[in-house]
Amino acid sequence: MRLNKTSKKNYLTYAIVIVAYVIMQIVAGGGHLSSSLKGMLVPICAYVVMAVSLNLTVGILGELSLGHAGFMSVGAFMGTTAAIALQNAIPSAPLRLTVALIVGAVFAAIVGFLVGIPVLRLNGDYLAIVTLAFGEIIKSVFNNLYLGIDANGIHMSLLEDKTNLLEGGKLIIAGPMGIGGIKKIANFTAGFVLIMICLVVIFHLVNSRQGRAIMAVRDNRIAAESVGINVTHYKMMAFVTSAAMAGAAGALFALNYSTIVANKFDFNTSILVLVFVVFGGLGNMLGSVIAAAALTILPEALRSFASYRMLIYAIVLILVMLATNNPTLKGFFASLRGRFDKNSEKEASAS
Amino acid sequence: MSETKKRRAGLETVSPVVPVQTTYYVPERDVDKSPILQCINLGISFGGLKAVEDFNLTLGRTEIAGLIGPNGAGKTTIFNLLTKVYQPTHGTILLDGKDTANMTTAQVNRAGIARTFQNIRLFHNQTVLDNVLIGLHNEMDYLMPSAILRLPNYWRAEKIARQRAMEYLALFHLDQHAEELAGSLPYGAQRRLEIARALATNPSLLLLDEPAAGMNPSETAELMENIVKIRDTFHIAILLIEHDMSLVMNICEGIAVLNFGRLIAKGNADAIRNDPVVVEAYLGRKGAKES
Repeated sequence: MRLNKTSKKNYLTYAIVIVAYVIMQIVAGGGHLSSSLKGMLVPICAYVVMAVSLNLTVGILGELSLGHAGFMSVGAFMGTTAAIALQNAIPSAPLRLTVALIVGAVFAAIVGFLVGIPVLRLNGDYLAIVTLAFGEIIKSVFNNLYLGIDANGIHMSLLEDKTNLLEGGKLIIAGPMGIGGIKKIANFTAGFVLIMICLVVIFHLVNSRQGRAIMAVRDNRIAAESVGINVTHYKMMAFVTSAAMAGAAGALFALNYSTIVANKFDFNTSILVLVFVVFGGLGNMLGSVIAAAALTILPEALRSFASYRMLIYAIVLILVMLATNNPTLKGFFASLRGRFDKNSEKEASAS
Repeated sequence: MSETKKRRAGLETVSPVVPVQTTYYVPERDVDKSPILQCINLGISFGGLKAVEDFNLTLGRTEIAGLIGPNGAGKTTIFNLLTKVYQPTHGTILLDGKDTANMTTAQVNRAGIARTFQNIRLFHNQTVLDNVLIGLHNEMDYLMPSAILRLPNYWRAEKIARQRAMEYLALFHLDQHAEELAGSLPYGAQRRLEIARALATNPSLLLLDEPAAGMNPSETAELMENIVKIRDTFHIAILLIEHDMSLVMNICEGIAVLNFGRLIAKGNADAIRNDPVVVEAYLGRKGAKES
């Protein structure tokens, strides 16, 4: 069977992620990686997952979400709490990390579902407004949440520490102080595996009756209804999947640091991820992966410019967008692609 | 499950293509059978405006019926009522004897009504094949985990669906365009694709909203053959809105005429052609001449 254009692109995306992982492992193994870049490997993975998952909502479902960092926050806090609470129960770090990621994903999915119940019934830009508010609400909640664990189980309180833990109990989330004393169990390999899982889930979802229904809703809601597609159901499916991935990304991100605070996941983070998605192209997963990785490294690479850093970051963004929309360059890339396709066809006919 | 439904459910194994009948043979007359669609005193008001009032219609199981009337008479509104794009403010719609009150558009489709649109509503950025596969959405039954893990039931359902989609496309001579984007098709082909997509949902009643709009006479002639072929192949009822009188008069067994939201005449082609009320609605009172 000949591969069609989309599956070709999917395999290219897998290949690029795998190659990037192998190269980074070799470079890091040889000790040629600067310590600052080494410390960024896991955050890069987390942001790639964030970008890919937001692209599911924005590019595939066609709804704007401005509070994606909120889901990341839920995943980060719940996943880390699980990791700390289970520290003694599960001694194996990779297993504990897996459990933490799953817990983060599940909680984020539940929150996504709750947000989606009222909003996804409506048509229009309401999701953008509600998710914007949701991101801020989640930030406030985690800034005021105290959660501890002792022999009697889990204790929770809001606004002030009223958990009254027993002797030997441990306060895990300490309001505005966030979570401290996290064991760094996240690593680059885990990040790579998470990216691959998310890509597989999205590509497989897109190329199924569910994915076609989601895209049908995006392209023409009235026509989708007329062929018997339950619009709210499929909007919810895409949105909850997207939220779950963001939750897993949040847990991965948090378990790479020793402390995590709610203010880290604010509106700016949501917009940053949205920039990755728009920059990489709506519905274009490979674009999201590359944009997220490049734009996470860029500010770090520009550190030598000191206070002009963000200025140069902005200029680079604008230049790249201008360049990718330049007709001459577009023509050049198209001709390259044409040559590549011809070559691959020759190979196919030769074999 | 009705007998016709059962027969059509076997579509994936038997090729459905039946040679086109040139004399319009009716496969099974519906005299002794319950009607597929009954509209009883159907009506809708937008504020004070009664867009449709006291609309009564009974449609046999394999009938081709036409809904005609001057612009703004409420024809498309009736389609929107039948498919629950609007909820009727008065009256009842019985589909196969079942009340469709409180159903949503998607539920009505699953109950057996499929439609096309006056202004074509395809999924323009997706391929022709994908458009029909979206129509086959409810004919596949695997769940999201099967899709993500690519379980055997995913492959099985997808394979059958692709075969069926190609059969529907072949029926409308679109199979060689399967991988093209729907938006890049010429106008007439887009209309045919919309009908194929509607048929893919396995309806028992097909609503066609101005299927011949923008078609040239030869395309219209082909469309007429296709409509009869659809009825003879799938044994379904077809209700169509059309301004092209040659099409309506030639293939519709029953015609209903609407003016200002009210039914003014019902009957076969000859009766409608000679009905003074209809002529008046179209041409006005003074120059009442047959066209």
